Amino acid sequence: MADVAVKDKPKVQEREPLFGAKEKKLLVDPLNDNNPITVQVLGICSALAVTSLVAPSIVMSVAVIFVTGFSSLFTSLLRNYIPKSVRLIAQLIIIASLVTVVELALKYLNYPIYRQLSVYIGLIITNCIVMGRLEAFAMANKPWRAFVDGIGNGLGYGAILILIAIVREIFGKGTLLGFGLIGPSNEQASYLINTAAESGFGSLFAWYSNNNLMVLPAAAMFVIGILIWLQRSYNQKLIDIS
Amino acid sequence: MEFINIFIKAAFVENLVLAYFLGMCSYLAVSKTVKTAFGLGLAVIFVLGVTMPINWLINTFLLSESGVFGIDLTFLRFILFIAVIASMVQLVEMIVEKFSPSLYNALGIFLPLITVNCAILGGSLFMVSREYNFSDSLAFGLGGGFGWFLAIIAIAAIREKIKYSNVPAPLRGLGMAFILTGLMGLAFLSLTGIDPAALTAAK
Repeated sequence: MADVAVKDKPKVQEREPLFGAKEKKLLVDPLNDNNPITVQVLGICSALAVTSLVAPSIVMSVAVIFVTGFSSLFTSLLRNYIPKSVRLIAQLIIIASLVTVVELALKYLNYPIYRQLSVYIGLIITNCIVMGRLEAFAMANKPWRAFVDGIGNGLGYGAILILIAIVREIFGKGTLLGFGLIGPSNEQASYLINTAAESGFGSLFAWYSNNNLMVLPAAAMFVIGILIWLQRSYNQKLIDIS
Repeated sequence: MEFINIFIKAAFVENLVLAYFLGMCSYLAVSKTVKTAFGLGLAVIFVLGVTMPINWLINTFLLSESGVFGIDLTFLRFILFIAVIASMVQLVEMIVEKFSPSLYNALGIFLPLITVNCAILGGSLFMVSREYNFSDSLAFGLGGGFGWFLAIIAIAAIREKIKYSNVPAPLRGLGMAFILTGLMGLAFLSLTGIDPAALTAAK
């Protein structure tokens, strides 16, 4: 990637490539080694309540990626003009304006999902990932790199969110994005609760009856606890030694 | 009576942490010892109890169509709410620094981070979407803060004890805290369906 960028622009060889190894690391690191949710413990607040279904989780992830990316970009552009004493307020105003844009856009584009997410869209403002990246990275780095870092952290957050949602939707409702996947199909289920269906998509494991625990908010906690367990047994350096 | 009903409902039945996952970041990060958890819990009660009525006033008299300006300014809601919260947190920070320097040091970065504690902003947004009136919002703020306080004290006490247990290494610390929170959430779930209004009406 780096070589291509240099070849394309021989005149600006002394400049760093647009998307080099450092940028790649910024984008990939948050997906595992430095995941905002499972390692840094940031941004759990506004997230877990929306993960009982996949569709709202995807919308939420896109919204967060947008906000982390652009708030990092704008903060980084303004970083030399923001006085240190009011930087928190300045950052909050940048984030709040972006979230307002997201909220109005979602209200216009997809009202049912907007209703479903209710206050959680507004709560992206207080999502610690956004604030944390601004403080830790965007205030001290160049705009492009800050933007990539913001997108990377948004992706890391979104990946976990969608993973939890997939587990919860399949086991809690027997569906994925609303399509029947396991358990008796919907029409059958409404007449014959817990009765084996004959065939067809949506009755793959017809004996399966939905686990209502997975729909409860508490299940998100169990799923994420188990995710952390799996990640840390695979990635031993993350184990908490204290 | 309505005041007590909303207080109890916000504190137990619809606990901000255990039913809505609000304020999770500081809840997980500051719950290692009971002492700091206690201090942070008190700060959250105060900030929630103060910001909710102020935000109610702002929402009703400045932002709504029937307010001072006569136009619908609700798109400014997020920015104004977060500004009120940030200034209140600044106030609490100054008070704590003056009266209890040791607690101030123990809370460290998490005191300014109350600003981005989702429970605070979430409370204000719930207040708007549920159309509470002034005393309701005060009750919801105090009750919600009290519920948050209870939850963080409980998890801190459990985590102090569980340090001596033989938890599988990858699950130690954070992973266990999540699972414990889930179990506590299930326990609090048994309170759902209790309607405080019906109980007081029966008397």
